[in-house]
Amino acid sequence: MQAKRRRSPAATIALLPTWIAAIFIYIGTMVWSVRLSFTDSTIFPSSNYVGFAQYAKLFRTSRWLASLENVLIFGVLYVAGCLALGFVLAASLDRKVRFEAVFRTIFLYPYAMSFVVTGLIWQWILNPTLGIQATVRALGWQSFTFDWIVSRDMAIYTVVFAGVWQGAGLVMVIALSGMRGIGDEQWKAAQIDGIPIWRIYLSIILPQLGPALAASGMLLSMGVIKTYDLVVALTGGGPGTATEVPAKFIMDNLFERQNLGLASAGATVLVLSVVMAVVPFRYALSMRRRRR
Amino acid sequence: MKTVMKLLLVGAALSAAVSSAHAEDKPNAEVMTSWTSGGEAAALNVIKQEFEKRGGVWKDSSIAGFGAADAAFQNRLVAGDPPTAKQAVIGLANADFVNQGLLSPIDDVAKAGKWTDALPKSIADLVSYNGQVYLAPTGAHGESWVFYSKEAFAKAGVSEEPKSWDEFFAALDKLKAAGIQPVAWGGQSWQETKVFNMILLTQVGIDGFLKIYVDKDKGDASTEGVKKTLDILGKLRAYVDQGAPGRNWNDATAMVITGKAGVQFMGDWAKGEFIAAGKELGKDYGCMLAPQSPGMVYVADAFSFPKIADATSQKGQTLLAEVAMDPAVQIEFSLKKGSVPMRTDVDQSKLDICAKKGLELMSAGKIVPDQALILSPQQAGALNDFVDEFWTNPSEDSTSGAEKFFAIFE
Repeated sequence: MQAKRRRSPAATIALLPTWIAAIFIYIGTMVWSVRLSFTDSTIFPSSNYVGFAQYAKLFRTSRWLASLENVLIFGVLYVAGCLALGFVLAASLDRKVRFEAVFRTIFLYPYAMSFVVTGLIWQWILNPTLGIQATVRALGWQSFTFDWIVSRDMAIYTVVFAGVWQGAGLVMVIALSGMRGIGDEQWKAAQIDGIPIWRIYLSIILPQLGPALAASGMLLSMGVIKTYDLVVALTGGGPGTATEVPAKFIMDNLFERQNLGLASAGATVLVLSVVMAVVPFRYALSMRRRRR
Repeated sequence: MKTVMKLLLVGAALSAAVSSAHAEDKPNAEVMTSWTSGGEAAALNVIKQEFEKRGGVWKDSSIAGFGAADAAFQNRLVAGDPPTAKQAVIGLANADFVNQGLLSPIDDVAKAGKWTDALPKSIADLVSYNGQVYLAPTGAHGESWVFYSKEAFAKAGVSEEPKSWDEFFAALDKLKAAGIQPVAWGGQSWQETKVFNMILLTQVGIDGFLKIYVDKDKGDASTEGVKKTLDILGKLRAYVDQGAPGRNWNDATAMVITGKAGVQFMGDWAKGEFIAAGKELGKDYGCMLAPQSPGMVYVADAFSFPKIADATSQKGQTLLAEVAMDPAVQIEFSLKKGSVPMRTDVDQSKLDICAKKGLELMSAGKIVPDQALILSPQQAGALNDFVDEFWTNPSEDSTSGAEKFFAIFE
């Protein structure tokens, strides 16, 4: 389909600084971190190699294991939740409602906020002695209980709530622009056939939004690995290690606990897990392209 | 090419001009701290004023947040552009800097000022690494205090300070019965660890405490002490409200200030909040050590001095070390910061009851160091994790808890 690209020397030269930056800064620092993870570095890098000792220690640390489990729960529910809610929001706005621009702004607004602000707001809303529970009880329903944020089993879901609340707006915008690109004829044809609206969205519109939703899913997943500020502002990783995430574990060990070796081992595991997730995906894509 | 050379020359000339303007012979100090809250900044200002009075040039590089200031400091140290002085907590966290040869010793200042006579022995030991003095102490904070609302105690019919843990829990029950939240609990792991330590001190005594943390002793007496500590800690869960997880210490203090809660376990910096709210010690609120406490847990601040080539900065380091240990400065600094002076030979008349009691314990040697002073940052972090895990998991019993506790030292 595509015409064979010609390489222009000017473009190559223009991109040279980017290449140098990519190789030395991104790849270089990555290699450096991996190297550090095999040393016993504490506050400063050391060149005393200890093999896989840091990794062994890492996977004996209950806090790290808890953080892996949490990021998995959070990641799946956050991405799925954002996609689902974003799509529903987009579909409802697509019905040519009044004041659409106002709603669009309202829905997108959370995304413009920093995770720290989101975290703090939800911390107040969910705190049993300040937020929803206290308000409902003050209204007279004394036995009302909503204490997820202080419960070891439920706290991670409050992080999902806050994350979805913030991320859904982005999906909505992308999905909405996708929907606007779908021709009117399809709608007319479907309506003549008497297909209910929800069915049109599910069976006709949704499949066509595939690429748009995949792109937003990708954007959201990249945020999952980096999740740090939301957890710090919302729960501080607690209660106990109930909402601990890998990025927070790494940051804590990097600075506060002066444990460069262990932090690098954690970072390496994260990079590896991303690579392991991305490689099969890329492979599948390239296979599909070849088949075409 | 010519223009480039010209630009370089101009740049060099400019920077030379700038540096010669700086090169007055005055002692120079860029001081990096995390003392940015009202009381802390006022305390730092005491040192700054005295420093300037003695002819120094002061440059403030304060960064809010202890961790943030530490991270910035480490970056500048690695980049070879350290500040003249950095606020540091006395203890093992500095050992790495010393061993890497990044800090300069201030032995001469210490000898000239006879610091070993003025400081309690444990502090004098802790500011020395490999036999040389590296830190200039500014003040100590007592950590094992219990602050209580007199109004709440009166309402609940608690007439005097509980002397034992049994009396203490009886008082908490009375508070509960009177509809007052018994304990204002700060639900962050570092705060919980402070409570753990203050209970541990009451259960194993000063020698036992040091045996556990310094000698990493796992003997029967130590294990028994940790178990009893965990029992008491676990019992406290019943007196804490639901909103506690993640709560800041000053929010907890506010609960006591307003009489909504009875007591708070916290370091003496909480006094700053009471003072700021216009409350009076002895009339509106009281301070006591944890029940049955044979002494006090303390943490201490100091200045450390990175190796620096510039001569005026070296002079600045010497002058700052002298100023920080000046008896008058130590008193003024403590009054502003709510801490206890490090020197035992200062004029105590201006200090409040709590600070006087703290100083008394300090001069008598009835103090034990906070974990930051005697554990490596990794171990101190693991201790925080341990206490937080125990606190938030009511099904954990003290026997398996004690096992996990001693695993910290491995």
